[in-house]
Amino acid sequence: MHNLVRIFQYIKVQGLLGIILCLAMLSAGGLTGCADLKPWVKPYERDKLADPIMNASRHGYASAYMDHVYQARESSRGGEGGKGGGCGCN
Amino acid sequence: MAEKAVKGAAVGVTNRLMPIVVWKASIAVVLLVSASFNTYSATLPPDTVDVMHHQYDGGGMKISGPSVLVRKGVGSQVSLSAHYYVDTVSAASVDVLATASAYEEERTELSGGVDYLVDKAILSAGYTNSSENDYEANTAYLSVTQDFFGDLTTLSLAYARGWDEIGQRGLAKNQWEDKELNSYKIGLTQVVTKEAVLGLNIDVISDEGKLENPYRKNRYLDAASAEGYSYQDELYPDTRTSTAVGLRGAYYLPYRASIALDYRYFVDSWDIRAHTYMASYSHAFREHWIFETRVRFYQQGQAEFYSDLFPFSDSQTHVARDKELSKFSGMTYGLGLSYQLQQGAVPLIDRLQFSLLVDYLNYDYDNFRDVTASGYQAGNEPLYELEAWVTRTSLIAEF
Repeated sequence: MHNLVRIFQYIKVQGLLGIILCLAMLSAGGLTGCADLKPWVKPYERDKLADPIMNASRHGYASAYMDHVYQARESSRGGEGGKGGGCGCN
Repeated sequence: MAEKAVKGAAVGVTNRLMPIVVWKASIAVVLLVSASFNTYSATLPPDTVDVMHHQYDGGGMKISGPSVLVRKGVGSQVSLSAHYYVDTVSAASVDVLATASAYEEERTELSGGVDYLVDKAILSAGYTNSSENDYEANTAYLSVTQDFFGDLTTLSLAYARGWDEIGQRGLAKNQWEDKELNSYKIGLTQVVTKEAVLGLNIDVISDEGKLENPYRKNRYLDAASAEGYSYQDELYPDTRTSTAVGLRGAYYLPYRASIALDYRYFVDSWDIRAHTYMASYSHAFREHWIFETRVRFYQQGQAEFYSDLFPFSDSQTHVARDKELSKFSGMTYGLGLSYQLQQGAVPLIDRLQFSLLVDYLNYDYDNFRDVTASGYQAGNEPLYELEAWVTRTSLIAEF
């Protein structure tokens, strides 16, 4: 974990320039070649994944509001995601 | 300089307090969460009106108000959003009662954002302002979300920068102090099967400037005082860097229901380490209804410079008695009920959802004592406990 912290402290040192570079690479299609892979879950097979019941952000801003609640009560911050993670707040 | 002025402030004057300060400080973080990871794939969100009323009631604090978010597409590649949010605060928490008097205040937050779809990527940018008589917060963010590997993987990168000005009641604006925030986020979502999806989110957040709350105090043993202790101002390091790693797995059950598990590890440069665990279950019934329940457990260690009672005045370089920096654990139990109408049920509306969400929070502090309890010697007061109810009422219409 300490190595992870160091890695991201390094990223921080690189600052906005590094982030902009990453954004530019992605938007320029740096990874689009990967998009040609055969998906093992076809677009028409995603009905269950697309169901709101699978969406942690289905309550819109009310989902993000809980992050406010928890961040006002706890020292932890970040690590949440919409679909990727739970939301938490004041 | 202003810090010296703050240090000289007498304990016991009418003061404001902490949770709201933390709330403001978290704007950039929450903004990133809500802005950059709202889809499994890089598609523009639909035109939306999202209206919510929120209420927090616990530990002597009552915070409530409306939230209105409007999102509208412009052409096929651009979506604009605007958000209006209000906190109406009535505060008489243990922190306020210890060294100050109850107060009421209001905070208004305004945000604007734009999402731009380019092939399989979405570029997003936004800005938030929060302003009131003793705090000014501005936050800007930039993010990109891109699908790849056959659209089964979604990668998001985001950066946010915050500029806060921290004042205090009676302090001239030219004496307010600054705080800057830099936030970096990486998110990865992976479709595993037709029923399962995994998510990974990593945040590195760095603060620099005035990080302590000017209204909070810490206490030290003082035989000359009737209570056996006296108060002094908080003094934190000028910088803080934190890393959080969150994992999530969601699975669609054989019937129309889902289960999700979340874990988060947190560590920062103040030696605070924390674990968060959450399990959620959502269950659809009678076509339009969804019932949901969740349990969350949180546990954190203390900051290295925290103490409930210091041995004497200025006994170490940095001193804190902010209970959010103490060692504690907390449980949340949540219930929710949603009613949803799909396309065709209401003219012009593709999806209409009404939700009522209620959460009960309970925190047990391991080394933060309740100084409002009378009849105890300094350091022997009962440990503090906090209970709170959070109620959210939400109406979302998608067009």
